[in-house]
Amino acid sequence: MTEKSDRSATAGSGRGTAGGPVIEVRDLWKSFGDQEVLRGINLTVKDGETMVVLGPSGCGKSVLLKHVIGLMKPDRGAIVVEGKELTELDELELKELRMRFGMVFQGAALFDSMTVGENVGLPLKEHRGTIGDELADLVETKLRMVGLAGVSHLRPSELSGGMKKRVALARAIALDPDIVLYDEPTTGLDPIMAEQINQLIRMLQRKINATSIVVTHDLHSANFTGDKIALMHEGKIKLVGTMDDLRHSDNEAVRTFIARGYTPPPGSTVDAGPVGLAEFD
Amino acid sequence: MRNSSIAPGRAANHPGAALFGTIGRVAIDLVTEVGFASVLLWRSILALRKIGRSMPLVVEQARRIGVESLPLVIMTSVFTGAVTAVQAAYQLKDFVPKIYLGTAIYKSVVIELGPVLTALVVGGRVSASIAAELGTMRVTEQIDAMDAMGIDPVRYLTMPRIVAALVMLPVLTVFADILAIGGGFFVSNASLDLSPKIFIAGMKMHFLARDVLGGLIKAFAFGGIISLMGCAAGLRTRGGAVGVGGAATRAVVTSCVLILVSDYVLAVLLFSIIFGA
Ligand SMILES: Nc1ncnc2c1ncn2[C@@H]1O[C@H](COP(=O)(O)OP(=O)(O)O)[C@@H](O)[C@H]1O
Ligand SMILES: [Mg+2]
Repeated sequence: MTEKSDRSATAGSGRGTAGGPVIEVRDLWKSFGDQEVLRGINLTVKDGETMVVLGPSGCGKSVLLKHVIGLMKPDRGAIVVEGKELTELDELELKELRMRFGMVFQGAALFDSMTVGENVGLPLKEHRGTIGDELADLVETKLRMVGLAGVSHLRPSELSGGMKKRVALARAIALDPDIVLYDEPTTGLDPIMAEQINQLIRMLQRKINATSIVVTHDLHSANFTGDKIALMHEGKIKLVGTMDDLRHSDNEAVRTFIARGYTPPPGSTVDAGPVGLAEFD
Repeated sequence: MRNSSIAPGRAANHPGAALFGTIGRVAIDLVTEVGFASVLLWRSILALRKIGRSMPLVVEQARRIGVESLPLVIMTSVFTGAVTAVQAAYQLKDFVPKIYLGTAIYKSVVIELGPVLTALVVGGRVSASIAAELGTMRVTEQIDAMDAMGIDPVRYLTMPRIVAALVMLPVLTVFADILAIGGGFFVSNASLDLSPKIFIAGMKMHFLARDVLGGLIKAFAFGGIISLMGCAAGLRTRGGAVGVGGAATRAVVTSCVLILVSDYVLAVLLFSIIFGA
């Protein structure tokens, strides 16, 4: 934990104050059978930065994230996290590294044999041996951070889609991770709920000050949550830059995606940016 | 692999070719599944080092595999014993003295019927339910989520199920043996005109502890097969709800086949090599 606070002290917070590279994806290739999904991905995420990977459904965004946390093995290329190459880590080292990650899965992936509280408490119980009242307090604190106090006795099946995503968020930040990965955090939610999740992500970024990758096909969410946007198309990263860079790009794939995909949610303006956090702070 | 045709082209239209194609595919599936299961078994054995921390999970699984299977085992074994009594009486009539009815029932139950029928009925129930549960966790990314938070799914999910089944199958088999012999005893007494004294005398006459022991060793092995094949099918699940259904079916088929195959292997090993020597 001291490591974490050291890092935060030097890293600064929020947009534009990023430090050295934390995650480096180098020439990553992955196929399933004869389907080439990733075809030479290069991506660098710096300390404290939020990188959005934007791309159409089925382009391999989830596959990319699963490589970053070591759930899939590259056919070719490397993933380097804080200077360590994932494929060279032994089981224990990988476990220790993963404890410093938090991941929010596309479908929330809550354990449905457990209550909400047990879900959020599982990493704490397993890795820190926290039990009893201390565990209950910590779980409640995490749930409060995502605006869900007093639901820890419920089962995941009793929750709405948006609530599940928020519980997944609370679980992902249970161990105060240094790196948070979000897989389509707003997909499948109504626009209002999606907006709340977007704001929650930004609020958490400021509070826990983690390096993050947000994967999405939602342009608004990308603009709102990201410091930088990487556009993924046909298994490659076509462009990395700000939303403005994307809008003014003359790359064909980028232009098509922007032209097709951008529909601002109701009640927000195109260039809203990271504002409107008041109700969460 | 499931979709690839073994016998491509026109030959595939021939009914015989289709049949052999299906048999071949089932065989390949079985081999693949057993290969994956072997790796899983090895990793579960390594995970035994941390069984202390997983004890609550083992107890919970023991309840689900053992206690919840009890009604099924009671029904099956009582009727198995009763049928064995009727059949044995019919087959032995006129050329074997009645006292041997007790011997025949007791021997066939503890060596064969108790362990195998228990394994088949419990296997159907337990391996399908393990495969469906783990399969659902796989397709909804719960297994990935567990892995991603640094919790080993083999230690947390597979190992407790295997340990629980290894312990519970012999326990259930003891219940089954007692109830099946009880069922045979009741039928012999009530409708076959055999006095309790003679039935028990027949049982005692050739009682061998190694018969019971052999049966329980088989039950132990069957417990491993049932849980391991359930876990293997579940963890290998792909493709949504259909995939989960397929996993449950695969688990039942592979565990039943393996129970019968290993029953033969163990029969040879135990009763003609080890105990026979
Ligand atoms: N485990 C897997 N086995 C086979 N194919 C996969 C697997 N995971 C993903 N794919 C394929 O890779 C492609 C990209 O998937 P994914 O990363 O989930 O897309 P998305 O960008 O929507 O997250 C899809 O065509 C999918 O079918
Ligand atoms: Mg995806």
